[in-house]
Amino acid sequence: MREYFNTIADEIQSHLHADEAFTSDFGAEDSDFVRFNRNEIRQAGHVTQRMLEIDLISGKRHASGCGSLSGDLETDRPRIARLIKSLRELRSHLPEDPHLLYATEVRSTERTGSSRLPDAAAAVEEIRKAGQGRDLVGIYASGGIHKGFANSFGQRNWYGTHTFNFDWSFYHQLDKAVKTTYAGFEWKPQEFDRKVSWAKEQLEALSHPARTVHPGRYRVYLAPAALYDIVGILNSGGFGLKSHRTKQTPLLKMIEGEVRMHPSVNIAEHTGAGIAANFQEAGFIRPDRVTLIEAGAHRDCLVSPRSAMEYGVPTNGASLMEIPESLEVAPGDLPMERVLRTLETGIYVGNVWYLNYSDRSNCRTTGMTRFATFWVEGARIKAPLNVMRFDETLFRMLGENLVGLTREQDLILDPGTYYQRSTQSRLVPGALVDDFTLTL
Amino acid sequence: MLEAVERLFREAAPEADYASLRYVRGRNEQVAVRQNIVEPVSTSEDVGAMITVVDGGGLGYAGTCDLTRAGLKRAADKALEWAHRTAGKSVLDFTRVHPRSPKGEYTSRPAKPWDSVSLGDKIALLQEVCEQLKADDRIVDWDARLWHTELETLLLTSDGGRVYQRFHFLVPNMTATANEGTETQTRSFGGIGCARQGGLEVLDDLGFHEAAPRISSEALQLLAAPDCPTGKMEVLLAPDQMILQIHESIGHPLELDRILGDERNYAGTSFVTLDMFGAYRYGTELLNVTFDPTRPNQLATYAFDDDGTPAKKEYIIRNGILLRPLGGAISQARAGIPGVANSRAAGWNRPPIDRMANLNLEPGESTFDEMVRGIERGIAMETNCSWSIDDSRNKFQFGCEWGRMIEDGELKGVVRKPNYRGVSATFWRSLKQVGDAAGLQVLGTPFCGKGEPNQSIRVGHASPACVFGNVDVFGGA
Repeated sequence: MREYFNTIADEIQSHLHADEAFTSDFGAEDSDFVRFNRNEIRQAGHVTQRMLEIDLISGKRHASGCGSLSGDLETDRPRIARLIKSLRELRSHLPEDPHLLYATEVRSTERTGSSRLPDAAAAVEEIRKAGQGRDLVGIYASGGIHKGFANSFGQRNWYGTHTFNFDWSFYHQLDKAVKTTYAGFEWKPQEFDRKVSWAKEQLEALSHPARTVHPGRYRVYLAPAALYDIVGILNSGGFGLKSHRTKQTPLLKMIEGEVRMHPSVNIAEHTGAGIAANFQEAGFIRPDRVTLIEAGAHRDCLVSPRSAMEYGVPTNGASLMEIPESLEVAPGDLPMERVLRTLETGIYVGNVWYLNYSDRSNCRTTGMTRFATFWVEGARIKAPLNVMRFDETLFRMLGENLVGLTREQDLILDPGTYYQRSTQSRLVPGALVDDFTLTL
Repeated sequence: MLEAVERLFREAAPEADYASLRYVRGRNEQVAVRQNIVEPVSTSEDVGAMITVVDGGGLGYAGTCDLTRAGLKRAADKALEWAHRTAGKSVLDFTRVHPRSPKGEYTSRPAKPWDSVSLGDKIALLQEVCEQLKADDRIVDWDARLWHTELETLLLTSDGGRVYQRFHFLVPNMTATANEGTETQTRSFGGIGCARQGGLEVLDDLGFHEAAPRISSEALQLLAAPDCPTGKMEVLLAPDQMILQIHESIGHPLELDRILGDERNYAGTSFVTLDMFGAYRYGTELLNVTFDPTRPNQLATYAFDDDGTPAKKEYIIRNGILLRPLGGAISQARAGIPGVANSRAAGWNRPPIDRMANLNLEPGESTFDEMVRGIERGIAMETNCSWSIDDSRNKFQFGCEWGRMIEDGELKGVVRKPNYRGVSATFWRSLKQVGDAAGLQVLGTPFCGKGEPNQSIRVGHASPACVFGNVDVFGGA
């Protein structure tokens, strides 16, 4: 695949006029997707896709276009020629772009690994065996993901990974279920068995009569999977320079010094700890770490090349959307084994669901509890909890009401597959929080 | 391209009980101006095909962007392999589920085609809009954008079926963001719910050309407005909020694949069960909801779904009684009840699943003024900006960009951050008034997410404004 991409890059180069430059961004995947419902197969298949984006530049004018490629060079060469011709025509109608910025210092990189993935059919059999006699629902996604960057200055970046992500739930009945993810590079039966055993234990706890609590304020433990979604809401405008300069960030009150988070809250874009590529679509290389929140206070933003030009600050390799791809919430000092004892009485929230801002200026977020969420009393799990709506500001949740973060973190690989399989991840601890507001 | 694909499929279709090829070619162009500066114009062309094979009761698919003879052969082999692997292990014996030999065509016909106006003129239009949006120093960000898509699909089946469909979509938007201190308010042109099939005539029909001064002014008014009050009261929801209410608390819970459990690991289940169809009171007598893929220019209008089932209008809820689910041929076979033609895929690289398509609330008889006059104390809410609902599609909380108090039958001052919450199973039983046909708006969103692997698809909703009683309303902080 890499050789194919290099040939494509050379092909683009061969069409350039003397006054032109280009950047190109390539993405490809070969994926198996198998969907389960009640431990039977709902849909199974394979997807092969390749997409190339070219930005054709002349001075401060440029035009970008994106097209699917077949993988067959004889078919793709004329497509690229047509694309470049159409971009040249398009560019002639466009004004100069004052925010155009692309990498000109050549920094080629490579990150590849060979496939150690199991045969998809064998994985499906293992999964169905684990789900025998149970209501298993979910998706197994597996295969190679490739990304490439090339420009007319000779920079070449290549990223290839082969991962699987089995994202599944065991259902007890109705909406009572335990959700688990098993993801990685190599299928390890013992590791899978451990996850299945853990899920079965949780399923047992879900079989007790469910409890309903009244709206009010509760002491809660947010498991790493729940905190994953709660800090994930900040992806929507929380960390990008553009959203800060245009006052749209939900962290505005924090930036203006009106509020602070708890001193133990440290959040970073930690590319070195994730599985995402370390280069972006204009060719800039990401640093290993960008500190976003330090000791509860705002520190740096993610800066795309466009924002860098617009606001006159250096880019730090953020993508155009300025969202974290490898977010890390630093651990605290609460051992996970002491979570129930420290919680004593309250709610163990295994997962949350469907978050959105209900008051963006106050970073107030609403969402639902979901999956394995339990009422805890006397430091013991007493009963599964019927789903509840929360509506709470992150300033309080991760500020004055934060009791502690766990010493252990979970690396959660994003199972998302909109358009293509995601390579985003978040490294997060659990969080113990007082006075967490439930509303419905 | 179409002829070549058709010939290659007829040659490469595997020996199997059933096979189909779904070719999809999408061309996009996005033009945007932000803060009076032209953003990079984005164009894309995505072409590929999905081959589906049914054999021995199993079903497998393979999506590929390689439409050469060898590429399609590889895809056919992969699909056949998965069909064999899943035979006897699937939720259904797929042998006789697919529509027999579908044949037909559909083409949306823009009155003012996208290419009939030059790029320069489109940019000039957006520049003009942008200049109107920046009406005050407190407007700190503003933009205007147009997103056009031309989509061509061809479904071929091994029993001689051939369905060709061609669509044009337009998604216009503009936003103005106002700031003062640590308060920021954004007003938009319908959020992400203002989309239709068609060409640039959509801009005329939706009032795009005149909207900028109002949007900018309303963003500024929101800065100075008090927060929405808290309490139980009546709400008058504008069409651009009604579409979200319909989408989340009628559309999703009635999707048959959710009811059958397919989505429980991701998008969720449903509080609706199979035994409810035909008898369950979903809402008051005023509630009439249709699945209508026939309305001209609505976002999800088509002649056939992606399995090849002919599409027609059906009542989903009539006079408040739940009649039928939103489920395509495969889900109908699994559930044993009739549904609609809504098996749809987001592209050539995703298999069809049950989607909403056009789901509309039929107009009633109340004029807007009559609805306002009937409210003693309440809030009129407009343009969705926040949405959240539980995995059974029951407990919801929605927020809007714009609110106005209604007191003693009159519209009063602006309030900001209007939110409300409720429960789907009871909310529609508090429907008190339904606006008349004059106030009906045909809207839709290109971003409805669902499915594993994930799929984002276009759905259309048409609705008048409606009044609901005794709603739990609140504001910010």
